[in-house]
Amino acid sequence: MGGLEKKKYQRGSATNYITRNKARKKLQLSLPDFRRLCILKGIYPHEPKHKKKVNKGSTAARTFYLLKDIKFLLHEPIVNKFREYKVFVRKLRKAYGKSEWSTVERLKDNKPSYKLDHIVKERYPTFTDALRDLDDALSMCFLFSTFPRTGKCHVQTIQLCRRLAVEFLNYVIASRSLRKVFLSIKGIYYQAEVLGQPVTWITPYAFAHDHPTDVDYRVMATFTEFYTTLLGFVNFRLYHSLNLLYPPKIEGQAEVELKPAEGEAYAMDSESYLEKLSALSASLARVVAPTPEDDMEMDEFPVEGETAEQMDAKKKEQEALEKQKKLFEGLRFFLNREVPREPLAFIIRCFGGQVSWDKSLCIGATYDVNDPSITHQIVDRPRVEQQVVGRYYLQPQWVFDSVNAKLCLPVADYFPGVLLPPHLSPFVTEQEGDYIPPEKLKLLAMQRGENPGEESEEEEEEEDDNDDNDEEEEEEEEDDDSEKEEEAKLKKMEEQKTQSKALPVKVTAGKVRLEDKQRLEQEQQSEEKRLAIMMMKKREKYLYKKIMFGKKRKVREANKLAEKRKAHDMAIKEEKKKNKKARRA
Amino acid sequence: MRLRPSSPLTFDLPPRFFFFFNFIFYFSVRTAVFAPPPAGAGARPLAGAAVPEEPGTESDDLTDSEESVYSGLEDSGSDSSTEEEEEEEEEEPKDGSPSQAHAKGAPRKSRSLEVDSAWKENQDLLIQNEYEEDSSDEEDIRNTVGNIPMEWYQDFPHIGYDLEGKKIYKPIRNKDELDKFLEKMENPDYWRTVQDKMTGADIKLTDEQVDLVHRLQKGQFGDVHFDPYEPAIDFFSHEVMIHPVTNRPADKRSFIPSLIEKEKVSKLVHAIKMGWIKPRKPKEDTPTYYDLWAHEDPNSILGRHKMHVPAPKMKLPGHEESYNPPPEYLLSEEEKLAWEQQEPAERKLNFVPQQYRCLRAVPAYSRFIHERFERCLDLYLCPRQRKMRVNVDPEDLIPKLPKPRDLQPFPTTQALVYRGHTSLVRCLSISPSGQWLVSGSDDCTVRFWEVSTARCMKTLPVAGVVKSIAWNPNPTICLVAIAVEQSVLLVNPSLGDKLLYGATDQLLESYVAPEEERVQPVQWVVATTEEHSKGIRLIVQHSRPVKQVTWHGKGDYFASVLADNSNMQVLIHQTSKRWSQNPFRKSKGLVQCVLFHPIRPYFFVATQRYVRVYNLLKQELTKKLMTNCKWVSSMAIHPGGDNIICGSYDSKLAWFDLDLSTRPYQLLRHHKKALRSVAFHKHYPLFASGSDDGSVIVCHGMVYNDLLQNPLLVPVKVLKGHALTWDLGVLDVLFHPTQPWVFSSGADSTVRLFT
Repeated sequence: MGGLEKKKYQRGSATNYITRNKARKKLQLSLPDFRRLCILKGIYPHEPKHKKKVNKGSTAARTFYLLKDIKFLLHEPIVNKFREYKVFVRKLRKAYGKSEWSTVERLKDNKPSYKLDHIVKERYPTFTDALRDLDDALSMCFLFSTFPRTGKCHVQTIQLCRRLAVEFLNYVIASRSLRKVFLSIKGIYYQAEVLGQPVTWITPYAFAHDHPTDVDYRVMATFTEFYTTLLGFVNFRLYHSLNLLYPPKIEGQAEVELKPAEGEAYAMDSESYLEKLSALSASLARVVAPTPEDDMEMDEFPVEGETAEQMDAKKKEQEALEKQKKLFEGLRFFLNREVPREPLAFIIRCFGGQVSWDKSLCIGATYDVNDPSITHQIVDRPRVEQQVVGRYYLQPQWVFDSVNAKLCLPVADYFPGVLLPPHLSPFVTEQEGDYIPPEKLKLLAMQRGENPGEESEEEEEEEDDNDDNDEEEEEEEEDDDSEKEEEAKLKKMEEQKTQSKALPVKVTAGKVRLEDKQRLEQEQQSEEKRLAIMMMKKREKYLYKKIMFGKKRKVREANKLAEKRKAHDMAIKEEKKKNKKARRA
Repeated sequence: MRLRPSSPLTFDLPPRFFFFFNFIFYFSVRTAVFAPPPAGAGARPLAGAAVPEEPGTESDDLTDSEESVYSGLEDSGSDSSTEEEEEEEEEEPKDGSPSQAHAKGAPRKSRSLEVDSAWKENQDLLIQNEYEEDSSDEEDIRNTVGNIPMEWYQDFPHIGYDLEGKKIYKPIRNKDELDKFLEKMENPDYWRTVQDKMTGADIKLTDEQVDLVHRLQKGQFGDVHFDPYEPAIDFFSHEVMIHPVTNRPADKRSFIPSLIEKEKVSKLVHAIKMGWIKPRKPKEDTPTYYDLWAHEDPNSILGRHKMHVPAPKMKLPGHEESYNPPPEYLLSEEEKLAWEQQEPAERKLNFVPQQYRCLRAVPAYSRFIHERFERCLDLYLCPRQRKMRVNVDPEDLIPKLPKPRDLQPFPTTQALVYRGHTSLVRCLSISPSGQWLVSGSDDCTVRFWEVSTARCMKTLPVAGVVKSIAWNPNPTICLVAIAVEQSVLLVNPSLGDKLLYGATDQLLESYVAPEEERVQPVQWVVATTEEHSKGIRLIVQHSRPVKQVTWHGKGDYFASVLADNSNMQVLIHQTSKRWSQNPFRKSKGLVQCVLFHPIRPYFFVATQRYVRVYNLLKQELTKKLMTNCKWVSSMAIHPGGDNIICGSYDSKLAWFDLDLSTRPYQLLRHHKKALRSVAFHKHYPLFASGSDDGSVIVCHGMVYNDLLQNPLLVPVKVLKGHALTWDLGVLDVLFHPTQPWVFSSGADSTVRLFT
């Protein structure tokens, strides 16, 4: 027996992973620095497949990084910057202690700084990759831009976040790429389709934050540092993809007016300009003027293996999209001061509507309340005094629901003071067997172009459908119970037999039992299935049971929801009846 | 109003004022020359008694000044009313004090000249040539004590010394409080009378002096003519002038290179040469943002991107997160309570759905920052692993088996129930013809049944619990072996063909004992007549309780298993020779059951975990089958002889193909509880298993002659009928020898027939 002795944990997966502490020692960084580095470089722990093997036989809970990742971090120029910064802080402290102010000045002048450009490029080798990962960046920037300008984090960061967020919103308006909006209790969700990639972000409602104490703002700030860099580059690229000027400039007169005061400086440098831009009321200046026949017919490129039906479907989808983009075209909105201005202005502008607000509310109002051409006024108060004829007074939910429904919904449900219909999430796509709220069914019917007038019939049908479903489910349950039933039947028969033994024999006219052939067949099939399931391999059986458990749970949940709804509807109906009776009496 | 010369008086004075002030006192000194104080002048002069002066004699005043004589006044120090003023005046410059001394003396002069007019003249003169008399040596110093606190002279009659060294006496003061009060009341100039501390004399301030004091008190300049708002001339301006500001010639050192500077410069030069000092870096002027992805290079995608596990996106919100969700998504009270009691990590929703009537009623979400922070933590702290999501249609997982309907015949329904036993029925056996069934029970009876009618033909009470029962498989012999406690009874049931059972009796009686007695592990005893009448023919008495008894296919040999753990566990008996032997020398574990091969001379012994196959002819172990079970309970062999099934107490059924391997060909986990018995059908490809869960499962087990084709096992029927009693269900199963029927005996003291 020759050869070298094979030692344990010196090959295989044990050598591919490294614990966090070891990694830190290898990089010679303090824990906060290591954390920052990991955040910036996007290094995260990996869960090894065989944890015990990697952990050298121990089962202690440890986090593991890929050794390759850590080796890759070794070459990172930023690591040196971290060290330089540490030295800088030390020197600065010393100079302060000795009150050598000239040294302090000199040191501050030479403060080491780093750029994250190369990291962005490295983490997102292609632009599409960057777009795919934009969700968190946007949500974070929108959150930071709402922070107060005091404490918590640097004012510059907050301003930068605000600037980038506003730039992105302006891009979405210019490209009309907003698709879905949702008013949740957490904030407002938006989903835009940027160059084919869905990008979802959430903005909090415009209230002051009560800053929690158990949140490490340094971590958040580090993330934001990276996200702002990423978002800046993405914005640049996006603006250029639309031939827009970056940094953004407002189109038309505003530019001319502001130019002498600002010269070549960046538009956002002046506070007022940022505000004007963030008012979202003006379109942006383009490098090349848009040609009128921008919306060309899409050429058809038949792809192999694609049937005509698919092509048609695609075309239809495209048309629907175009239609959605022009949803509010030609409508003129006026926002009352009590509605959240920024989200509504953003949404309305995204779909081609014109929007204005009270002049004292925000900069950038384009027309007055008294403008006779206003078609919709968004109001969020129980009653409106002095209504102007010729315009709809609507609650803000109408805008959101219309966008999600891809059509202008009937306005009657959204008048001020009216009990609003439920606001549904546009992010839910119901599969077969899922519970679909009746409002959604109604909406789907409306989208198909059916007349919403025959609501009651539809509802009944729905109910019928639901009932059918219930029955089917019950049948399934019955199948499970059938064995028990059989047993019970057998028992009964036995008892009868024993009784017949004991009692004097007596013949009674038997009843002709009508055997349901279908039912019999079904039973047989289910039994066959049961028997086949018995023959499954252990692994497959486990999987099968798991899947079936999940399915059953889903069905149960859907049933529960349906039941709840039914109960609720019944309660409402009864109340209505009572009210009617009371009125009659 | 009393005049109170304030202390800032001296500090705020501009230089010009000093000149002026000096002049005043100088002037008053001069007046004193001509007015030696009258000795004994007690009362202060009234305001009207102005200071007499003669401007014409100005030039002589210095010389005459020494002539002035003061009368010493002892009581001056005790005058408390003027103390304040004294203190305040201490701070005045010293050069004022001698003149004041004279001013004090002035009122004592007998001259009746008007002060005002004289002063005015003097003023005019002042304005004419201000600097003429402005020299330091003109200062008149009468008192030579110097700048000392004057209270040192408080207790002396004099107040200092003049230039000659003679004492200057304080003016006589003998005013008491009443006098002072009267003076205050009567003297209209009392408010402008101050005491000179240097001389102790009272001085009446002139209008100009009062005016000056007022101005100073207001913070104005002392000189009326001084204009504080004159246009300033900036001498030291930033502009380069042709003339120097000062007339001072340049220093010599300004022409000579400095050594110190040279040293400093050379140090710096050295530092630059050595690279210790670097030039300030120019600020980068590259734009912050540019087209980063201008040159997208697919090759730049690093290898680590392949290992990259992108973070899963945040879950998109459902209907329940809406500010105005459909009513069914709102939590009821119990659900809310349950939600609150759950651990935050276990909750399905991390918020409670809520409904608001309108958008303006929606409050801020208090956990917004928390959630973003948790997302951040997830992104950089959470270990990631790629998990394959199974996207399988569960129907595809179900194996495609031939339909049971195509595998008929097999028992499907319960046809008959054999009742009669009063305790659990442990064992069953059937006659080779299939006409009679025998069952042994815990109620210490053995019952013989007619299969087709379920009628109990015979009941044989035995001495104990019947553990096992076996009908001789030879159709020509009508004999049943019954294991009761420590003995095996061979019973002739006397059922069916009379010829047949008669022949059996004859066969047994034809036994001739061998000449020499052999040592046997058991005792063969012929039944007594009483027992004989019951049907018992022979009793094989063992040393231990018998667990199982089984016949060889030919019907001559049978084997019995004893509850023992020595090598005496298995015994093989030959009926015709009434001879027994112990085949094993060594115990290999607790034997559960034994079996004869139907065709070949093999013998199967099942211990707890293994089945050993012995060749009886060669007397050796041929195979050892691993059952992969914890505890084998029963065993059955396919009539072909190549396949065995083993039931176990851990609810498994192992199918062995003896040609294939020593491991099970298939492990079937059909039952939910322990298997008690298994059985093969003699002709049909069927096998059955009975279990504690009260069910009998009949499977189709087709064995092909073609060795290449593996047996086909399909469960075809689950038969239920037995009720669970004491957690026991089916205890024994048995196939009918010719029909596709299966018998089962259960703990509910019945035997059932399924057809």
